[in-house]
Amino acid sequence: MLQANGYIGVPQNRVDGRAKVTGAAQYAAEFDAPNLAYGIVVSSAIAKGRITSIDASAALAVPGVIQVFTHENRSRTAWFDRSYRDETAPPGSPFRPLYDDAVVYSGQPVALVVAEEYEIAACAASLVQIEYETDTHLTDIDLAKNEAYAPPRKRSGVKEPPSPRGDAEEAFVQAPVKIHHEYRVAIEHHNPMEPHASTVIYQEGGKLVIHDKTQGAQNSQSYVASVFGLSSDDVQVVAPFVGGAFGSGLRPQYQLFLAVMAALELKRSIRVVLTRDQMFTFGYRPLTIQTISLGAGPDGKLQSIMHDAIQTTSPWEDYQEVVVNWSNLLYHCDNVKLTYKLAQVDTYTPIDMRAPGAAIGVTAIETAMDELAYATGIDPIELRLRNYTETDEANKKGFTSKELRACYQIGAERFGWSKRNPEPRSMRDGRELVGWGMATGVWEAIMQKTAARAVLTQDGKLEVSSATADIGTGTYTILTQIAADTLGVNMEDVTARIGDSSLPKSPVQGGSWTAASAGSAVQTACQTVREKLFKYARQMDDSPLANASIEQVTFANGKILLTNDPSSSVTFAQAMQAGGVDRIEAEEKASPSLQTSMSYSGYSHSAVFAEVRVDEGLGIVRVTRIVNAVAAGTILNPKTARSQILGGVVFGIGMALEEESMLDHNLGRFMNHSLAEYHVPVNADIYDIDVIFVSEHEDKLNPMGVKGVGEIGVVGTAAAIGNAIYHATGKRIRDYPITIDKLLK
Amino acid sequence: MNRFSYVRAESIDEAVREVVTDPTARFIAGGTNLIDLMKYNVERPERLIDITRLPLNEIEETDGGGLRVGALVTNDAAAHDPRIQARYPLLSSAIMAGASPQLRNAATTGGNLLQRTRCYYFYDSGTPCNKREPGTGCPASFGRNRIHAILGTSNHCIATHPSDMCVALAALEAVVHVAGPDGTRAISMADFHRLPGDTPEIDTNLRHGEMILAVELPPADFGTNYTYLKLRDRLSYAFALVSVAAALRIDGRTIAEARLALGGVAHKPWRDSEAENMLRGQAASAERFADVADYILRDAKAFDDNAFKIDLARRAIVTALSQAAAGTPQSQTDKRIQ
Ligand SMILES: Cc1cc2nc3c(=O)[nH]c(=O)nc-3n(C[C@H](O)[C@H](O)[C@H](O)COP(=O)(O)OP(=O)(O)OC[C@H]3O[C@@H](n4cnc5c(N)ncnc54)[C@H](O)[C@@H]3O)c2cc1C
Ligand code: SF4
Repeated sequence: MLQANGYIGVPQNRVDGRAKVTGAAQYAAEFDAPNLAYGIVVSSAIAKGRITSIDASAALAVPGVIQVFTHENRSRTAWFDRSYRDETAPPGSPFRPLYDDAVVYSGQPVALVVAEEYEIAACAASLVQIEYETDTHLTDIDLAKNEAYAPPRKRSGVKEPPSPRGDAEEAFVQAPVKIHHEYRVAIEHHNPMEPHASTVIYQEGGKLVIHDKTQGAQNSQSYVASVFGLSSDDVQVVAPFVGGAFGSGLRPQYQLFLAVMAALELKRSIRVVLTRDQMFTFGYRPLTIQTISLGAGPDGKLQSIMHDAIQTTSPWEDYQEVVVNWSNLLYHCDNVKLTYKLAQVDTYTPIDMRAPGAAIGVTAIETAMDELAYATGIDPIELRLRNYTETDEANKKGFTSKELRACYQIGAERFGWSKRNPEPRSMRDGRELVGWGMATGVWEAIMQKTAARAVLTQDGKLEVSSATADIGTGTYTILTQIAADTLGVNMEDVTARIGDSSLPKSPVQGGSWTAASAGSAVQTACQTVREKLFKYARQMDDSPLANASIEQVTFANGKILLTNDPSSSVTFAQAMQAGGVDRIEAEEKASPSLQTSMSYSGYSHSAVFAEVRVDEGLGIVRVTRIVNAVAAGTILNPKTARSQILGGVVFGIGMALEEESMLDHNLGRFMNHSLAEYHVPVNADIYDIDVIFVSEHEDKLNPMGVKGVGEIGVVGTAAAIGNAIYHATGKRIRDYPITIDKLLK
Repeated sequence: MNRFSYVRAESIDEAVREVVTDPTARFIAGGTNLIDLMKYNVERPERLIDITRLPLNEIEETDGGGLRVGALVTNDAAAHDPRIQARYPLLSSAIMAGASPQLRNAATTGGNLLQRTRCYYFYDSGTPCNKREPGTGCPASFGRNRIHAILGTSNHCIATHPSDMCVALAALEAVVHVAGPDGTRAISMADFHRLPGDTPEIDTNLRHGEMILAVELPPADFGTNYTYLKLRDRLSYAFALVSVAAALRIDGRTIAEARLALGGVAHKPWRDSEAENMLRGQAASAERFADVADYILRDAKAFDDNAFKIDLARRAIVTALSQAAAGTPQSQTDKRIQ
């Protein structure tokens, strides 16, 4: 039914590509407004304590400065914690900017300087004198872990570790082969290209139109409305384009609060943009200490899995993500014990970062599995096949689909895995040791209730809309494809509108759920339009479709035709005329199937293969080849989907080798807060990346069989690289990123 | 950022006068370092004297058979100049190892000499730092210091000089020509940058208001046996953890002359003439190179995070000398170590 034009499943260019490369696409800080004022945030220098005085006189004396907002003169905002909770907030009491004199983390916003010009605000901000009384802070997880606790209140949407099964401890003791190690992945910051920014346009009568950098326009809207006590009709958030976010835009950030507060106080439009160093003053991927114990027989079959994680959170919220559950999800085992704890440190609350939990949890388990492969002398793929599971054992459910076997097989073939000599240090090319490693990737296939509207007009144009976002993933394009195919119109005749809080309800874009969720909503809305259109077509005088049922017709090229007799057709325009309408509109919701989720678990899977070359003398690592074979159900657009995997792999290379936010524990502060010193991969770091989409029939999660591809590309990549480095050098580094210092040790 | 005024200098004399008479004034060339530092409130000049229109962008032959590279010659132009490529390929290679094409297009020879350390704390005006605010302390010494110095540090500062170009200039024994209120003078590369001592706020021996006119490259015969080996945390666009500029003149089977300078390890490009003497008259051999490396690093001192740099520097010196001896200089595009 979907294949009328056959856009789905066929590589399509981004419909917003031209706007992006020509600069026509507008981002949060690019929207203009008459009489716009500019705000610059002043960040705290200490990690914990109290502000004893703020002297803004020098700042206020700078010509052009309008106001300096601090906790002393901020406006009244909502009283209750819950008013500050956004859609993705973990349990706890959300951070409130400028709330009182308490400093609770380094880099906390302590003042907002507003001026007529950006430069004036920046200058004045440097003149605000703040005195502090410092208190002892704690940012070191190795000290905080002693007080680690299992989060008493669960974060919605985050599965807690399943209860233990069998007797993992005893089985471990009995197991002939044991692996027991600690694994770490460094703190990462998202570092999207576009910094966080909010342009708040103050309209006559106090209505606000806000251009916010966000992954959820409605999330920002409801936050603003509830915090500032505004009617939601008076707040519209419009964020059509997002310059990358990777999770950093899931929660309304402090620049939004500050910009709105200033706009309401000054009754004036205002823009607040964070500087690059301020991009290190809110959420991050938390540091996690993972301990894994694997017990196995000489045949490699797992007899015990224990996976414990301790992860940082802030003192005010219990951030949570799924770190440990993946171990048993991937591998069959009867004795399993998984624990997940939090340790409070004096930093901002962590925030989901691309494949939260899985990116680090799977890195650990897949490194440990490689160690088990060596301990048992079994090929890493063979080891995984011997422990393969066809069920989600913790939840006693089957999978909606799982082509992981095919990922291993097809990926291995493409990579040339069969030629691998498992012996470490066995391959060499000149000065370089060559290593091949592999790992499994997994990510949950999630669908969220989402609404969409479709409007077909007599000129044959179709507009579909939903409040979801496109954080660079290609949402505009896939929604256009789905709409075009469902109604049999050309992609050129479809306009997709998203990123606007006034559009039909959608959750934030995250979790790789948007294609499945917004995609299904658009499809459903278009189907309703289709049915209405067909009804009108049949009503037409002498309609050639009068006796046809909807199953017997095809929608193509702006016409409804009898599938068996394409010469009998009614144009959309004729049908609408017959119905006496000039537009057909439908708004529909798509929701995950309860039946499916009760009986099945839905996950996407991948097999990642890496080739590294390590200079033997100097420890310089090059990742010369990655093959990533992904099974993620229906691939709507192989071109944008491939880009997602490529980006995910690059993220994984960063995690494996480069990314690390360095905390100075004496100061309680992230120190390498620039893109010169926080390293993400650059072009020279990237060689061949080969993405394969393994065909996977998925018919349970949603009608299109979509699982999503935004995150799966990250998962497993770092472990594959770490394992390849072991194969090359014989050195097992369990502390990512694997930098020169660790390799030379 | 602070408020500042801006003047475009019409002549060298005028530029020097403007700055000498005003302690808050600074020259600005490519601006790739100064503007960043201003945005971070590390530098707060009240007057910027733009020197980019001054006639200092030529590369000229000197009477002695060397080259004189004007202070405003961009890093890109210097690296791609055919005379530099042919006669001083070490310099060309070192420049190409640094920054990015965009930065090299804007960065100038003079500005590169005066770029400031990349110490995290120096860049963060929310933290103490003796170099930025004398007397406030050096948090790097007991904080995050994996990128910091292992040679020539003091209790007051353990920062490194981040330039690649300067490491090659040190090896090539370049001379910096400067103009001041009392005329011009020449400063050898060895004397140009300083060790931090107890005045880490002073990076170089240039006086306030003195302007760099040119860098003179003395005649040299290091066109074959040279290398610039830069080791860093990613394959491009990162400052050196350790870099080595090596240039040898080989006579038959023995080393007739050796130049060796290290980057990323000290507050200035690090040269050790004793170590260079150890190579003179010797045949190229890995053992000899290892001895030389040990000698250079004899007083190396590590801090919490940077002990690996001592080992890395040792290995880098041996590798670089081997590359130079073999006449297989490190490529700056192929990231494989040669
Ligand atoms: C992200 C990034 C990465 C980088 N990576 C590298 C790298 O890997 N390797 C490397 O070597 N460099 C690197 N650089 C630094 C770059 O090389 C320097 O910023 C550049 O060389 C400075 O030159 P400029 O002309 O822009 O100097 P400016 O910023 O204009 O000036 C720098 C200083 O020199 C002074 N000055 C300039 N010209 C003169 C003159 N003629 N006489 C007296 N004083 C003068 C100015 O007053 C100022 O104090 C990087 C820079 C950035 C931003
Ligand atoms: S090393 Fe030097 S520049 Fe860095 S903090 Fe210490 S004094 Fe400042």
